[in-house]
Amino acid sequence: MSTTEIARHWRLKAQRYQLVGEVCPHCNGKIFPPRDVCPHCAEEATQPPFRFSGKGEVYSYTTVHNPPEGYEESAPYTVALVKLAEGPLITAQLTDVANSEVEIGMPVEMVTRKLRSYGEEGLIIYGYKFRPQLARI
Amino acid sequence: MRDVSIIGIGQTPVGEHWDKSLRHLAFDALVAAKRDAGIERADAIYVGNMLSGEISGQAHLGALIADFAGLRGIEAIKVEAACASAAAAFRQAYIGVASGLQNIVIALGVEKMTDDVGSKLTAGLASAADADYEAIHGVSFVALNALIMRRYMHEYRVTHEDFAGFSVNAHANGAGNPNAMFRRPISKEAFIRSGMVADPIGLLDASPMADGAAAAILCPAEQAREFTDNAVRIKASALATDSLSIHDRRDPLWLQAAEDSAKHAYRQAGVGPQDIDFFELHDAFTIMSALSLEAAGFAERGKGTWLTGDGEISLEGKIPITTRGGLKARGHPVGATGLYQIVEAVQQLRGEAGANQVANARLGMTQNIGGSGATIVTHIFERADL
Repeated sequence: MSTTEIARHWRLKAQRYQLVGEVCPHCNGKIFPPRDVCPHCAEEATQPPFRFSGKGEVYSYTTVHNPPEGYEESAPYTVALVKLAEGPLITAQLTDVANSEVEIGMPVEMVTRKLRSYGEEGLIIYGYKFRPQLARI
Repeated sequence: MRDVSIIGIGQTPVGEHWDKSLRHLAFDALVAAKRDAGIERADAIYVGNMLSGEISGQAHLGALIADFAGLRGIEAIKVEAACASAAAAFRQAYIGVASGLQNIVIALGVEKMTDDVGSKLTAGLASAADADYEAIHGVSFVALNALIMRRYMHEYRVTHEDFAGFSVNAHANGAGNPNAMFRRPISKEAFIRSGMVADPIGLLDASPMADGAAAAILCPAEQAREFTDNAVRIKASALATDSLSIHDRRDPLWLQAAEDSAKHAYRQAGVGPQDIDFFELHDAFTIMSALSLEAAGFAERGKGTWLTGDGEISLEGKIPITTRGGLKARGHPVGATGLYQIVEAVQQLRGEAGANQVANARLGMTQNIGGSGATIVTHIFERADL
């Protein structure tokens, strides 16, 4: 793990920790992650930043038994496409739920968890995962 | 633009070549193609490969292979587009000849995967996805296809069993291909019984990782007769792209790049899906077969698996697919696969497909998919004596 690896992840902290995307000033589409050209209307879309609510529902899911290098310690784990309440799909792991309990359409919410670490002395990457929405009392 | 023909082909068997390195595999396919075409020199070589840097620690493949094959001095470059690398390299060769800039050009696909078969290889394959927004979440390539497949089953009320026909057909055809990795048929029951890899993708939904190399030699159509009586004409070549990540697709269940490249190819060749005699599609996973058939106009949306009934995709069927085993049974050395598809199409059109021959094959189509649909290359070929 090199120091440039740190910069690569640090650049994305607003997305990983806060789900900050954009609203297209032309078509009002909600965009995550932020990108300079709106995927909906192909106009320039650099402003303003928009923080997603973190609420959404499971669009699809699967279990990873044979993980890529760096994810061995958490396998098996569930990954999902989550449809955010504001529109876009996002790829993330599900947490605090057994794979057998997951269903398409299940309401989920964003939480911050460890995504991976880089060896014994390496850094730990934190970011979003989604868990079943908790009932609010 | 000039018309372009294929005058020579070569391939190695697909498998676990523990005794061969990347460069030796490439050399074997290249020598076979040169011998088939009866050429000694070429103007350029385009090498399709995805993982040489990651798995073999070897970048700079163009110069390496040109040098190793005794072609030192010629133009050579590696072309990378994930699993679509080889068809993309072939397209570069086609452009070189069609433009008039080059005359005799070699397209080669090579992949050496078994030097590292564990989680490092899984991570290497996942690098075809979006590193910051897909791979960082621990998504493997199988998992990405599983996400599409589960939603497809949900949306179109299709069961896992409905995909069996793709694998059964591929294995039946692989049995007749001496270069295939798996040469034994499988039953529908075996498909259903096989274990899960990443639900709903089972072991027999997925193509095997392997080593291999395949090559084709191109020249202007008007010169093809100087080399062979059996040249195959390239009627269309098209490449289209889509979002790298699945979550950015307008419709994650539709291969827009397959539709775009197929439509472009049909227009270029002046034909439609009803004219195609066989279709070498990219069955890395059974779900990709269904999506490819739908996007290329052979099946209605959500009904790709319906084609597996009534033998429509078999060698005698309405639209034979994976006629020499496909990725599923022939094997899927990722960055070489596109050229295996093309080499097999040439064999069909020359009437050299042996037990797998599609009767009176005149027009063949290949489609090579990179990533989960981000780069898709479609080619149409025609028997030259027509």
